[in-house]
Amino acid sequence: MSTATLDKNDSAGPVDSAENSASHLITLTLRIRRFNPEVSEDAQWQDFTLKIDPKDRVLDALHQIKWEQDGTLTFRRSCAHGICGSDAMRINGRNRLACKTLLKDINPEKPITVEPIKGLTVLKDLVVDMEPFFQAYRDVMPFLITNGNEPTRERYQSAADRERFDDTTKCILCAACTSSCPVFWNDGQYFGPAAIVNAHRFIFDSRDEGGEQRLEILNDRDGVWRCRTTFNCTDACPRGIEVTKAIQEVKRALITRRF
Amino acid sequence: MSTTETTEAAKNDGAGEPTDSVTLYDVDHPAPVIEPPRKRTAKTPKASRGNFEMQTWLFMRLSGIVLVVLVLGHLLIQLVLDGGVSKIGFAFVAGRWASPFWQVWDLAMLWLAMLHGANGLRTVINDYAERDNTRFWLKMLLYTATVFTVLLGTLVIFTFDPNIR
Repeated sequence: MSTATLDKNDSAGPVDSAENSASHLITLTLRIRRFNPEVSEDAQWQDFTLKIDPKDRVLDALHQIKWEQDGTLTFRRSCAHGICGSDAMRINGRNRLACKTLLKDINPEKPITVEPIKGLTVLKDLVVDMEPFFQAYRDVMPFLITNGNEPTRERYQSAADRERFDDTTKCILCAACTSSCPVFWNDGQYFGPAAIVNAHRFIFDSRDEGGEQRLEILNDRDGVWRCRTTFNCTDACPRGIEVTKAIQEVKRALITRRF
Repeated sequence: MSTTETTEAAKNDGAGEPTDSVTLYDVDHPAPVIEPPRKRTAKTPKASRGNFEMQTWLFMRLSGIVLVVLVLGHLLIQLVLDGGVSKIGFAFVAGRWASPFWQVWDLAMLWLAMLHGANGLRTVINDYAERDNTRFWLKMLLYTATVFTVLLGTLVIFTFDPNIR
């Protein structure tokens, strides 16, 4: 009771919220691509109708279905706050993180379609086999490579040098970019945007000395030269990384050998 | 909370009807999953050395710039200037090819356009032909056609005889 404002809110609060809790909910349809190899070899669409707050996220809707309607619905999520990269899925035909997509932003008046990301083997419902994706990630050696003795102190880096690769440090390995790439859809041997982004993060790091090796790997038949600059990856990235720009910078580094 | 569940398979009585599949697949005998084309595995061959892809990528950009000048100039001369398309005949071509400048122009345009187009088709085939065999034979067909056209064109430019009957 320290301020008048709080008093007013308190007195009006319970009644309002009780009324609101019912009135602000909307009815929406979630159309989910279901696949269960233990039941059928065909995937099929299934509609779920639920009452939910439009300010909730797609992930909340999926939770509500799994917890209250159909416990067999299978999807990945870990942190549920847009940082673990587990719940990338194709929502209304676009790759997004279910935990960062608000229902009110994707027109809840029409059925919202939810599919697994493309170009990877679907194991069940929205869960795909991420192994080829991580294999490409491992192939670009995403770790610090240095020569000589370890320094006794930390490796110094200027703010400008850090800024050089800042954009690509934001990757959370959700595979939204790689699974939106039409080249990757047709040829899984292509490294894909995410692997190139993570190579970029070390190639342009002033402390790293493995740049030449990584560039050599990406100079391969299935490396950066397969990029057709369709910008699907940049559009898909939930972290706002300019993926296509990063790929172009790797191409430029390969031609000029300056990085 | 209202719950309505409709499956498309239930609506259209197609092959995916649950009653059929239940007898076919269970926990011990799951259905085969659909693997994406040319999946990357741990056994995928490591990077091959060589700058071929980089060189073709650079060639596409550089030849593209040169072709803009060559092709637009060609179209302007052939179709717009000095009476337009109606002037083109054997005599017109013979007159132009009497000069080494136009011989070099046409030769450069032939080679650059053919290699530019062939390389573009090569990348399309690489992107879209799924099976190794299909890819190989499509590319062989492409290379044969390209070599034939380039050689024939070059032969004509160099051995052109204005007095032929």
